[in-house]
Amino acid sequence: MSDVLAVADHRRGAVRDVSFELVRAGRELADDLGGELHLAVIAGDVDEFADRLSLAGVDAIHTVEAGEEFNHDLYAGATVALFEELGPTAVLMPNSVNGLDYAPAVANRLDVPLVADAVDLAYDDGLEATREMYGSKVETTLEVSEEPVAVTVRGGEWPAVEETADVPVDAFEYDFDESASGARVQGFQEVGAGDVDIADAEFLVSIGRGIEEEENLELIEELAEVTGATMSSSRPIVDSGWLPKNRQVGQSGKQVTPDVYLAIGISGAVQHVAGMKGAETIIAINTDPNAPIFDIADYGIVGDLFDVVPALIDQFE
Amino acid sequence: MKILVTVKEVAEAADDFEIEGTDIGEQFLEYDLNEWDDYAVEAAVQLSETYDDVEVVSATIGPERSEETIRMALAKGVDRAIRVWDDDVAAADLDVAAKTRLFAAVVEEEEPDLVLSGVQAADDGFGATGVSLADEIGFDWAAVVNHLETEDDLSLAHVHRELEGGIEELTDVDLPAVLTIQTGLNEPRYASLRGIRQAQSKEIAEFGLADLGLDADAVASPISRTGMYEPETESDATYFDGAADEQAAELAAVLREKGVVSE
Ligand SMILES: Cc1cc2nc3c(=O)[nH]c(=O)nc-3n(C[C@H](O)[C@H](O)[C@H](O)COP(=O)(O)OP(=O)(O)OC[C@H]3O[C@@H](n4cnc5c(N)ncnc54)[C@H](O)[C@@H]3O)c2cc1C
Repeated sequence: MSDVLAVADHRRGAVRDVSFELVRAGRELADDLGGELHLAVIAGDVDEFADRLSLAGVDAIHTVEAGEEFNHDLYAGATVALFEELGPTAVLMPNSVNGLDYAPAVANRLDVPLVADAVDLAYDDGLEATREMYGSKVETTLEVSEEPVAVTVRGGEWPAVEETADVPVDAFEYDFDESASGARVQGFQEVGAGDVDIADAEFLVSIGRGIEEEENLELIEELAEVTGATMSSSRPIVDSGWLPKNRQVGQSGKQVTPDVYLAIGISGAVQHVAGMKGAETIIAINTDPNAPIFDIADYGIVGDLFDVVPALIDQFE
Repeated sequence: MKILVTVKEVAEAADDFEIEGTDIGEQFLEYDLNEWDDYAVEAAVQLSETYDDVEVVSATIGPERSEETIRMALAKGVDRAIRVWDDDVAAADLDVAAKTRLFAAVVEEEEPDLVLSGVQAADDGFGATGVSLADEIGFDWAAVVNHLETEDDLSLAHVHRELEGGIEELTDVDLPAVLTIQTGLNEPRYASLRGIRQAQSKEIAEFGLADLGLDADAVASPISRTGMYEPETESDATYFDGAADEQAAELAAVLREKGVVSE
């Protein structure tokens, strides 16, 4: 019992990036444990997914053919069944939105400890996980004194494994009656279409909760106007209804890759950063010198946006 | 119908903080109602305004200090509150399983028809308690819900689950269920002065482990925090110092140099 089971993520026919990262995280942990890495692929075109995920470092792929898309009862049930069959020391699942919907149930059914949203893992006599707290202002280490253990892994923290290999595939029989599930997926809907596509912009002036009041948005609009920039925002601005959904940058919003991303009054929460870290140059204005946005910024101004932005507008008027 | 809303008081770190041991020093922490729970409270209160005979009860695991936060929820329309705490709970490092056991005991006591909880807590960001609880009490569930409609006989909820990249999953969930609520689901109200006054006379029942039929084993956790540190910054950011107009002039120069502003 020193193996690792990892569960891949896919959606609408495509394997999601985090799956390739899970393979790396799983392989590293299995190496620390001296065991094998098993990968589970559940629902959809499992044979094609297994093909995509035949990657270096994976010892075996277990496919569970049932249903087209994610269903948490299927994922939780199949993962638990595989776990019971394989008896691994750790089960790794993605900290994706779907991971949030089934991983806690897996841990609960197996009665094993759950570490969520790990950014690093190590094993030496026991699992040690690194995570963030207080809006990414600090990192913590957790030690888990029991085995086996369930872990969800943050996307973007482990480099994706790309090298392919010939991995044996085993079809795992798991009976699942979707109609008996208490949650039934009816379809999907795209949101956030609109007049402007912030994904096309070269220069984004992006505003966050530091703006405090809707009236104050005028200041940012003025800056966007004098610089010819496109305006985008973090989630709270959209949640408040101050800007439409198509302006939201982040995990659940848009992914953007402008030449310059000017983040004003944005803390740099992981779900925001997921959408903008591909910007060529990142500039942050924030009163808090410890704001995580400065960790990824190329240029930083520690200052009050209500002083800096008017001064910046003056520069271009 | 009875709706149970799990409500957490979360800590936020001040701009300049210091770590003491494995946590941020108490004097650098400020407490507030968890943002995601605020939306869950609003969803529950809106349901109570839509249907007759809906009671909204909040449940918190937290010390006496958290009553301030609980009063905020009461002022926004929660009918009564439960706070779980005692010396054993205070001494424990509560993991997801421990919180699940505590809330499951509250559910057994209260027998709600619907449980709403925030997607995650802003301080520790585990994002797991709602779904774990659902599984434990045998309710159906949906995580990361940003749209909610209920059938009038309250047998079914039509929800949207907000996936990554601007895609929502449309899902039907049988009730009773636990829904974990994402921000943006609604517009949380401010507590009115009248609400704040009324909240003073609403009940906050305090439950210890024994009251819930549990003992100290229920909060024993195999997970312990062994370290906390400020992340080593990977940043090699260039900082612009000086007064705001000097900082702005340097920033303007960078923008011109990058060629993103004409002129
Ligand atoms: C499943 C899920 C999906 C999510 N998806 C997204 C997403 O797609 N996009 C997204 O953005 N978020 C998303 N979030 C939310 C995310 O976790 C954060 O809550 C959000 O990004 C915070 O936005 P913010 O930085 O504007 O606000 P805050 O974190 O409140 O930060 C405000 C910042 O402004 C600074 N500030 C305050 N006053 C001033 C001033 N006068 N001058 C300068 N600076 C000032 C503060 O120091 C602070 O750093 C998601 C969360 C979850 C759980």
